[in-house]
Amino acid sequence: MALNQSVLSVNELTVSFRQYTRGLRQIELTVITGLSAEIQPGKILAVIGSSGSGKSLLAHAILGILPSNARVTGTMAYDGEELTAERQVKLRGREIAFIPQSVNYLDPLMKVGAQVRASIKDNKKEVQRDIFARYHLDSQVENLYPFQLSGGMARRVLVSGAMVSDARLIIADEPTPGLHPEIVEEALTHLRQLADEGRAVMLITHDVGAVLNVADYIAVFYAGTTVETAPVKDFAGKGEALRHPYSKALWKALPQNDFIPVSGFQPSPGDLPLGCLFSPRCPMASRECFESRPLERELRGGKVRCYHAT
Amino acid sequence: MPLEAKGISFRYGNCPWILKDFSLTVNRGEVVGISGHSGCGKSTLARILSGYEEPQLGTVTLDGKPLPRHGYNPVQLILQHPEKAVNPRWRMDKTINEGWVPDQEMLDAFGINDNWLKRWPNELSAGELQRFCVVRALSSQTSVLIADEMTTMLDALIQAQIWHVVTEIAKKRNLALIVISHEKHLIKRLCQRVIEM
Ligand SMILES: Nc1ncnc2c1ncn2[C@@H]1O[C@H](COP(=O)(O)OP(=O)(O)OP(=O)(O)O)[C@@H](O)[C@H]1O
Ligand SMILES: Nc1ncnc2c1ncn2[C@@H]1O[C@H](COP(=O)(O)OP(=O)(O)OP(=O)(O)O)[C@@H](O)[C@H]1O
Ligand code: SF4
Ligand SMILES: [Mg+2]
Ligand SMILES: [Mg+2]
Repeated sequence: MALNQSVLSVNELTVSFRQYTRGLRQIELTVITGLSAEIQPGKILAVIGSSGSGKSLLAHAILGILPSNARVTGTMAYDGEELTAERQVKLRGREIAFIPQSVNYLDPLMKVGAQVRASIKDNKKEVQRDIFARYHLDSQVENLYPFQLSGGMARRVLVSGAMVSDARLIIADEPTPGLHPEIVEEALTHLRQLADEGRAVMLITHDVGAVLNVADYIAVFYAGTTVETAPVKDFAGKGEALRHPYSKALWKALPQNDFIPVSGFQPSPGDLPLGCLFSPRCPMASRECFESRPLERELRGGKVRCYHAT
Repeated sequence: MPLEAKGISFRYGNCPWILKDFSLTVNRGEVVGISGHSGCGKSTLARILSGYEEPQLGTVTLDGKPLPRHGYNPVQLILQHPEKAVNPRWRMDKTINEGWVPDQEMLDAFGINDNWLKRWPNELSAGELQRFCVVRALSSQTSVLIADEMTTMLDALIQAQIWHVVTEIAKKRNLALIVISHEKHLIKRLCQRVIEM
């Protein structure tokens, strides 16, 4: 394998759902459009952005676990080779580990220790015990069923399961919501360690503050695609170094920054604006912004989709 | 007229006690934060305060009376994991109209899109689902709102939007608001006092 070859690359990915409306008319709802991303070994790509912008569906597309009425176009490659449905099945849980956003992924009928052991080679009990200890889960927790766990304990069990696998690519979809800061830091430092050993990590999160110390790049999602990809250092101060108006607004809305909302919501997939996806809410929008959609372009060591970004 | 918990002790089965002789008073118009380490009993307390769990010892009263056992619950709880809070076999329109029928203005304030109403819960993103749960809890009969990690599943922008709307409603209707969160910045923004568990 070439030194800098991406572990994962996603090219012009589009995901849509067939849906039936009133009168049984069939429509296609496109929820991810023209999305490209890649991750190199040793790197952490953080994915942040709007709720409902397609972050989880991207994760599900990579793993091959989208529902059956989803249609996917574009290409994905793992280790430089096309990621086909067959390969997804083969790699899932082995080479590619997944921390799901929904706690419903825990099997309600199985004790959680056994669930985590299922992703360890030879089902070793010590490994499971060590990882539980690392995440401050008491020794009796392995014998509990999911319904007996607190919200944060369920999260930590999901995280443990992915951390003990020898996967070379880890897709973490909101691994830490509702956890206290020490454990968030533990989990993120752990991901950093795994990356430093040469693995690649995609870290989807709303906790922008927490990823600043561990991620290499941050991709910002809005309405089904990336609006900006930037080195992590650009997320600082008042967001002056950020390229896209949405990224800046998101940054300023953090409770530790200004906590200022912007009026309006992300447009829905069936009803996207003709021009720039952010144009209905953008303070900088000009005529051309409403007429056509800006393409992704390189800018200052990052990427952006905006006519007026400098 | 407050929500009052007096001398609450609670444990699951024969497990160790999670709450021991715990008391708390929250007045209307107050915003109170609760924080504490994972597993210390915050969600359990929230379920007790809203009447979903019966403490072995102690009482919970609203305006001096026990919580009503039938009809709409004036103490509304928004759960940490929205996927656990909705019936997977109901479409969203049934879920949102279960306790009361929110008007269009309310749906708009939370950015709830018309075409989400016909979907199943697993066809929505986590943050979209959580916004349904927030609206569901905001009937005019609600007098106490308990938000258990309500916005950890939302992006910062929507988080700020939702909290502006919710605190506005709480102020206008003189609700008591209890905010359970691990996010100290958020607690600092919202709450007049914080209880460490
Ligand atoms: N099965 C489905 N059918 C139709 N639309 C869907 C389906 N699943 C998801 N969607 C829509 O696709 C969009 C992207 O959803 P996704 O779950 O990827 O969002 P997300 O970025 O992970 O959001 P969050 O931050 O809230 O978790 C949302 O608007 C959602 O409503
Ligand atoms: N149904 C149950 N049966 C037995 N034990 C339970 C049950 N539900 C919760 N517990 C235990 O009670 C304790 C407190 O749980 P609770 O959910 O109240 O914690 P929490 O403070 O909300 O934590 P988190 O911050 O992780 O959400 C935990 O140790 C948990 O394992
Ligand atoms: S292209 Fe125009 S509307 Fe879109 S983000 Fe840039 S300035 Fe705003
Ligand atoms: Mg998601
Ligand atoms: Mg909890």
